[in-house]
Amino acid sequence: MTALDSRQTPKVSRPFLLPSLYAGNARSVMQRGVLATASTNWLIVVSGFFEPVFYLLAMGIGLGSFIGTVELPGGQPVPYAAYIAPALLAVAAMNGAIFDSTWNVFFKMNFGKLYDGMLATSLGPFDVALGEIMLALARGFVYACGFMIVMQVLGLNLSWMAILALPSVLLIAFAFASFGMGITSYMKTFQQMDWINFIMLPMFLLSATFFPITVYPTALQWVIQAMPLWHGVELIRGFTTGAIDAATPWHVLYFAVMIVLGMTLTTRRLKALFLK
Amino acid sequence: MSELAASTTETPDLESAKAKALAAGVKPRKYGGWYVAEHRLLSMRTYLQTMVATGVGTPLLYLYAMGVGLATLVDADQGQGLDKVSYLVFVAPALICSAALTTATEEFSYPIMLGFKWNPTFFGMNSAPLEGGQIINGVTYSVLFRLVAQSIVYYLFMLLFGAIPSPLGWLSIFAAVATGTALGTMLMAYASRLEEDKGQFNYIMRFGVIPLTLFSGTFFPLTALPVWLHWIGWISPLWHGTELSRVFAYGYSEPIWLTVTHVVYLVALTAIGWWLARRIAVRRLNK
Amino acid sequence: MVVVSASKSPVVAAESLTKKYKDFAAVDGISFEIAQGESFGFLGPNGAGKSTTMRMVGAVSTRTSGSLSVVGLDPNNYGPEIRSQLGVVPQADNLDTELKVRDNLIVYGRYFGLSRSYLGPKADELLEFAQLKEKAKERIDDLSGGMKRRLTIARALINDPRILLLDEPTTGLDPQARHILWDRLFRLKEQGTTLILTTHYMDEAEQLCDRLVVIDKGKIMAEGSPAALIRKYSTREVLELRFGSEHNAAAAKKVEGLGERIEVLPDRVLIYSDNGEATLQKVTETGLNPITSLVRRSSLEDVFLRLTGRSLIE
Repeated sequence: MTALDSRQTPKVSRPFLLPSLYAGNARSVMQRGVLATASTNWLIVVSGFFEPVFYLLAMGIGLGSFIGTVELPGGQPVPYAAYIAPALLAVAAMNGAIFDSTWNVFFKMNFGKLYDGMLATSLGPFDVALGEIMLALARGFVYACGFMIVMQVLGLNLSWMAILALPSVLLIAFAFASFGMGITSYMKTFQQMDWINFIMLPMFLLSATFFPITVYPTALQWVIQAMPLWHGVELIRGFTTGAIDAATPWHVLYFAVMIVLGMTLTTRRLKALFLK
Repeated sequence: MSELAASTTETPDLESAKAKALAAGVKPRKYGGWYVAEHRLLSMRTYLQTMVATGVGTPLLYLYAMGVGLATLVDADQGQGLDKVSYLVFVAPALICSAALTTATEEFSYPIMLGFKWNPTFFGMNSAPLEGGQIINGVTYSVLFRLVAQSIVYYLFMLLFGAIPSPLGWLSIFAAVATGTALGTMLMAYASRLEEDKGQFNYIMRFGVIPLTLFSGTFFPLTALPVWLHWIGWISPLWHGTELSRVFAYGYSEPIWLTVTHVVYLVALTAIGWWLARRIAVRRLNK
Repeated sequence: MVVVSASKSPVVAAESLTKKYKDFAAVDGISFEIAQGESFGFLGPNGAGKSTTMRMVGAVSTRTSGSLSVVGLDPNNYGPEIRSQLGVVPQADNLDTELKVRDNLIVYGRYFGLSRSYLGPKADELLEFAQLKEKAKERIDDLSGGMKRRLTIARALINDPRILLLDEPTTGLDPQARHILWDRLFRLKEQGTTLILTTHYMDEAEQLCDRLVVIDKGKIMAEGSPAALIRKYSTREVLELRFGSEHNAAAAKKVEGLGERIEVLPDRVLIYSDNGEATLQKVTETGLNPITSLVRRSSLEDVFLRLTGRSLIE
């Protein structure tokens, strides 16, 4: 028997990291996702690009005509559209990543039973988690590129550094997706899933997206500054307006820590759920 | 169980069976829609927590973010807000309508698909004495109930923020509910026809509800849009609802015929959607 | 063919009942009568028109032509009145998954205009009957298939129906769950509830039906009690012979005339005769050597085969 086994089992080089959880094959999970997306709802995926554009046109240009310019924290005045465009980009990165890593994963876990099938093969939970997250990132990146083109056409990229907004989107999306998936693994019902919106909505409305946080009392400012979206907005806004400052590396660090924590949580949860 | 069977054995006579059936049909024919509404409200109880959180959280957040936060920018630039009132007073009547629209979109889409397809309780209701039209009525009553409750809460928050200068402000509740049903019943008619979910509701959200929310004179007057985009407002229930709501909330001045048009448009859309949904439901249940 | 029951006042009466979808006649001019307290079955393969007939009797599907009366009323004009007297168990469960087990019964009872104070104890009584008392507070999704079926039957009884309509009541259930269900239905039958059911299981039809019609392609092929149908269209016993799939046809030729009738199926040869053992003796005498042989009593399956030349379950 042993002789037969060694002949038939192809040699798999297990990665050094997390050998029991990771088969080094997240790519196949991602490919499945791309195929599934392409065959069923690619139009919906494309349609996701339009949401931030609608917001930009309505709020940035429509409402912007009643606002004029806004002062950045450094005192530099920028047109209102150029003020909210990077924020909308950060919001889109968050929304896309959260949707893919929460609702999508929730359905696959609880209804499609997709992961049970995947984990019955040589894939480990880390492959699954990473694959799903990469898919979310790829999608988010495509949106971000499209949105950057729109910004460029409308003259809202005020600095050459704007190009750095693209890797920032990936960073932000990765952080939200890794956390989202971990949190989703605790969810059992639709009602619980609804609560995700209750965290997203205040972040969306209050994280210096549409107006500076200086309008709040100090205590509320602190709360907002503790939230991830505020860091995302500030990070990207710094690049697209060229107003980077000493805070920029801290924003990056914030997301790096979030990614490490999120991935640890997600992998641990998947292991607990599927490798009993 | 023996009592259960007794009634079925004692009347072999067809005439008395007929009379019994005729008597038993009276109540369901009269109140069937209300029974459905009762059922729907009972199901909503499962979602009560999230509904209350939405009902309270949404007005609080939006009124604060838009009416206080964003308002600092608009009021600073315009000196006097928009339309000669502060931005809070300008935007609040739009927000209450927009919230109603969002809720109506939710309640008139997936739950209808659910009842006809995923968990076909509508067929169960129909094999009991209820008729297709009554099922649609019942759904509509229950959503109306939620819309009214939600809009009252929203209105109270508007008062709290000082967003309602006019004594007629409470009529904004009517404007909001009508905005919700005008689009909602149309959506219900569409959802009743839908055999397969291929993400149509997602498209409706992304290419219908969101653009409507943004370009219907909600955050800025319709006139700020280029003329060739004004038609969006004219067909948008949200624009009609918002303008109406502004008339009530702060005495926004527009010709009286326009105000009447808003009311007629919203009520007519609601009625047509409702009627269509009833027709489609009756046909779909009768296979 | 007009089927007339013994009773003087049929609770369901259909004459040339027809339902067409465009050009296709799902139900093609059938006539039958069902008496109060009777247990009546529609036996036929999938797509025979059973469910369509059930929906017309259930007053949720409008007939294309013919006449139909249920509890003396025309479904075209008195849908709600008729349905107030029915209990319906559909083929696919449509319990409300957003409500708990007991709430499903109460909410359903409200559709009939019954009061909450009446429905509370009634729901408990029915849960007991359906052996689901312990599950009262559970979610629907946590019930097994058999439990859901029993709950659906309990729900159908909430209005003390004069007639219980069951469309394929045990399809998809395991044998144990089927037997529990049959037991419950048999009790209802004993208590005098009129049962109308469709099935493509002959054992089910034999267990539950006083009288049945065999239905195929929208038409009634035969009518009678299970025993009478078997007597009329089959012999007392059947001899089943297997010669291996290649040889069945050739062997069938050689045994022709040994029984009253022979059916050749792809996997076996059936010889109809009143004495199976004797016939098997004769077969061996001809020098044939079947791989397996089996003598059994005739069933409704044989009746169906005789009437349509096809097997009931394909």
